Amino acid sequence: MQRRVFVRSGALALVTMGLSPSFLRRTAMGMELPLAAKGKVLICLFQRGAADALNVVVPHGERAYYNLRPNIAIPAPLRGTGAAGSTGAAAAAIDLDGFFGLHPSLAPLKPIWDAGMLAPIHAVGSPSTTRSHFDAQDYMESGTPDAKGTSDGWLNRYLATSGTCEQCAPTPFRAVAMTPQTPRILEGTAPAVAMNSLEEFAVRSGGGDQTARLEALYRTGSADLIHGTGQEMFEAVKMLRTANPTQYQPQNGAEYPKSQFGQRLKQIAQLIKSKVGLEIAFADVGGWDTHVNQGGATGQLAQRLDDFAKSIAALTSDLGDGLENVVILTMSEFGRMARQNGNGGTDHGHAGAMFVIGGSVKGKKVYGKWPGLSPEQLYEGRDLALTTDFRSVFSEIATKHLGATNLSAMFPGFNSPARLGLLG
Amino acid sequence: MQRSIRVVAMAAVASLSACGGSAATRVDPAPRMTAPPEEQPPADFGPREQTADEQVNHVLARLTFGARPGDVETVRSMGVDKWIDLQLHPERINDAASDRYFDQLESYSTPSSVLQQKYPPPNQLLQRLGAKGDRSKLTPAETAELRDATAGVRKVTIEAQSGRVDRALLSERQLQEVMTDFWLNHFSVYIQKGPPERYQLAQYESKVIRPNALGKFHTLLEAVAKSPAMLFYLDNWESQADSNRPRLVPLPGAGGRGRGGRGGLAGLGGQQLTPQQQQMLARRRGGLNENYGRELLELHTLGVDGGYTQQDVINVARALTGWTFPRPQQGGGEFAFNPQMHDAGEKVVLGHRLAAGRGIDDGEDVLNIVSRHPSTARYIAFKLARRFVSDTPPGALVERAAATFTRTDGDIRATLRTIVTSPEFFAQKAYRSKVKSPFEVVVSARRALSAPPDGTLRTAQTIATLGEPIYGHQSPNGWPETGDQWLNTGSILNRINFGVAIAAGRIPGVSPTNWKGAESLQNATVEQQVDGVVSALLGGGVSPDTRAILITGKNPFLASPAALDTTPEMAKPKEPVDPDEAMMMLPEPGGGPPLRGPARDRAFGKLQLPAKGLALIVGLAIGSPEFQRR
Repeated sequence: MQRRVFVRSGALALVTMGLSPSFLRRTAMGMELPLAAKGKVLICLFQRGAADALNVVVPHGERAYYNLRPNIAIPAPLRGTGAAGSTGAAAAAIDLDGFFGLHPSLAPLKPIWDAGMLAPIHAVGSPSTTRSHFDAQDYMESGTPDAKGTSDGWLNRYLATSGTCEQCAPTPFRAVAMTPQTPRILEGTAPAVAMNSLEEFAVRSGGGDQTARLEALYRTGSADLIHGTGQEMFEAVKMLRTANPTQYQPQNGAEYPKSQFGQRLKQIAQLIKSKVGLEIAFADVGGWDTHVNQGGATGQLAQRLDDFAKSIAALTSDLGDGLENVVILTMSEFGRMARQNGNGGTDHGHAGAMFVIGGSVKGKKVYGKWPGLSPEQLYEGRDLALTTDFRSVFSEIATKHLGATNLSAMFPGFNSPARLGLLG
Repeated sequence: MQRSIRVVAMAAVASLSACGGSAATRVDPAPRMTAPPEEQPPADFGPREQTADEQVNHVLARLTFGARPGDVETVRSMGVDKWIDLQLHPERINDAASDRYFDQLESYSTPSSVLQQKYPPPNQLLQRLGAKGDRSKLTPAETAELRDATAGVRKVTIEAQSGRVDRALLSERQLQEVMTDFWLNHFSVYIQKGPPERYQLAQYESKVIRPNALGKFHTLLEAVAKSPAMLFYLDNWESQADSNRPRLVPLPGAGGRGRGGRGGLAGLGGQQLTPQQQQMLARRRGGLNENYGRELLELHTLGVDGGYTQQDVINVARALTGWTFPRPQQGGGEFAFNPQMHDAGEKVVLGHRLAAGRGIDDGEDVLNIVSRHPSTARYIAFKLARRFVSDTPPGALVERAAATFTRTDGDIRATLRTIVTSPEFFAQKAYRSKVKSPFEVVVSARRALSAPPDGTLRTAQTIATLGEPIYGHQSPNGWPETGDQWLNTGSILNRINFGVAIAAGRIPGVSPTNWKGAESLQNATVEQQVDGVVSALLGGGVSPDTRAILITGKNPFLASPAALDTTPEMAKPKEPVDPDEAMMMLPEPGGGPPLRGPARDRAFGKLQLPAKGLALIVGLAIGSPEFQRR
């Protein structure tokens, strides 16, 4: 509720103190925009619905995996067939290190692995025992497992507590969510923009003073959430117009899928390249709650992964050398039960998997301690056990990539981050 | 572990006291006799901070989808309290006009199974015709059949989505409609869950939710639990006894529980069966699906902190096994209890023991237990107070409403009466404090501007563009009920663009200059026009600054408004809205299949012509901060 520090609480406080209207007016006018960061970008991609980590990063070296999932397991890579893509290979996992493999639909990510820029993390997630989507998403976004009272998201706390760059230009686009609503992860006191698409982000009045009048209506000195949000919006529209990102051609032959997710990643690339000061980008993608008929190497989950992988692969090729300054981090609220359920699907589980991608990522290695899948190794006898707290991953990326220094503000009460050594 | 034991014990104590001391191990399935009817006026009206005029605006803003021309006068002459009482009794309000409108819509008068047989999902039809993936095999007659089915599915979708808007627009029973919206959000279902879902929606709204919207919570909950819409959405229709559990009636050919065991399935050897055969076998042999059981506790009744355990979730799901409806592939149908799917073992739910071997009574008892749980009273009271009073409702009000809920055995009308006649409801702090949802923005604009029912998908598309596609919330927690979640730079922009589109006459059925009350404004002075628009659209209450901007375009806060031209050069004119994109208008926030097409950035596509005069004022008013409140 106290989202925008300056415009909202500042001016509100002035109202209650009864200061003169002229002073109030100047205050309300003086939108303080955050300063842009130093060129590092973090792109967070949320797979909502709990992606089935065991079929995404497949433990094909684990016999128990195949016992638990007689109908939906991803077959082990064929030995000795040589090049991936040869006949029959499409139906099997793509081997990474002899034990883990990628779901065959993730083939577009294999070149990124080969280039050493992809680091999967397995058995990672929230220490909370919850199996509720809403709670688990809430915890992953607030960064405070089992503490529901946290009002802001951890990305927003990063923005709010990180030092500003004195010589950088102010920008309303330091944090952008390509979502219709501000996601929980970006809620908080630091401004963040949420939008469906760049194109849509304009007042569609054809001329006259209609737009100016509308802006005036949002600058009448009221300091509530509606006026404050409106003022931010008008600032952002002006800046985006200057950057003129509509004439955009992806580079390096990148072809984004036509899906909503693919198009949103394309627009994140546009924002990065139009140099409007983007530091934090967020997008989410649904379809992972596969209780029924999730399929194996083909089927429902395979289709979701196909779009997911093609979109990310397009983003990485489009960014090209720019990937040096970018980290892409994928996450999902929890994994799914190790055993398939009665409907050819999987019910809610515990630990999951993440991908970290970027030029500075020490890739070509699957991170995280593997807990095993035999009955006594399973969490509560049913789920993949957790060996890495998601806050360890978030902390490492925030410090090593973004230069965050105030970790205790970002993750209050989390004192023992493990160093995975993800970033060079 | 210790913790969960304690929770169970506490819940058992709580329900023990709620049952007036009856045995905790067995539930009385018959509804307990309840407090006297809620007809007597509330004992304590308390002081009302709002002025008489504010009270009129307030009840119209909260208990309706927005005032139409003349509504203020109606409420004023009847008196606020009498009007509230009437709205609490929709059966006393003649609503023949909107009934007539809906009688002509096939989805509302036809059972969903009949709809689905008449207009089968195109993919299902193609499969039946043996032409999946290759339409060239179709005969001309089959092609025509496919075309009709596709058109029928579209019609069903249009009627379900536009029906929501049009009933909210037309109905004289406005509070009942607001409550229908509230419960449809509380018991949210998702149109893209799978092909069968959309056939259920009109029936779900009109037969399950609306008739019970102001009735007993237990009745509503049971109707929802037995609705194919919910059974399908949260997977309970195919949840059945785990293979290591006894079934109430053994599966044909299965010798009791023995052959249903996991060993049996694994023993068949995966390699000998095709994947399809394995899947069929697995499905028949079944397994528990916790999805509905969990959300029943977490979202529909006790609330996430309501004091239940993972074991309760499992046992609620077990109790509800066999609650199903005929398979959609076989045409669907209404609720049925299938004893072959039912887990016949003993269960303990929230401290209540459900004996082995009973059947449908297990589920009925679960609904009795959870609907009368003290956490449910508080959770429902809190959600109602948040909807009707403020985003952060006063705790004392929630407590009183929860007490009413408990005292009246979950009487929604009585609980609501406690809330909407309370001093907290009529406090200054509550006045205009709620932010409208996108549905409320669009419907209130249409009501204020005397727009007719749309009957196409375009209005529903507009609402989707503003962020709230109808039946489009993928996860079962429904749309936000608080303003901070609706407000961000993008959503404000969309709301402003909605006003711009209205001013340009580009919203179907809405004229910015031809509405009841506009006649006298056509040739009036600009001041009179502004005051007329402010009264019709903004409940009369705007600051002098806002009024000045509406009149002159000048803002005392800005030196030169003309310098702020943000007309987008980049936004190229686009195609007009294509109604076929209706099904693509739904976003994908939490789990369904990916959606085709460019989604929803097209509804206000074209750049608008500059508006003038009264149209400009109307557009500005709808885009203004004040219109976003209720």
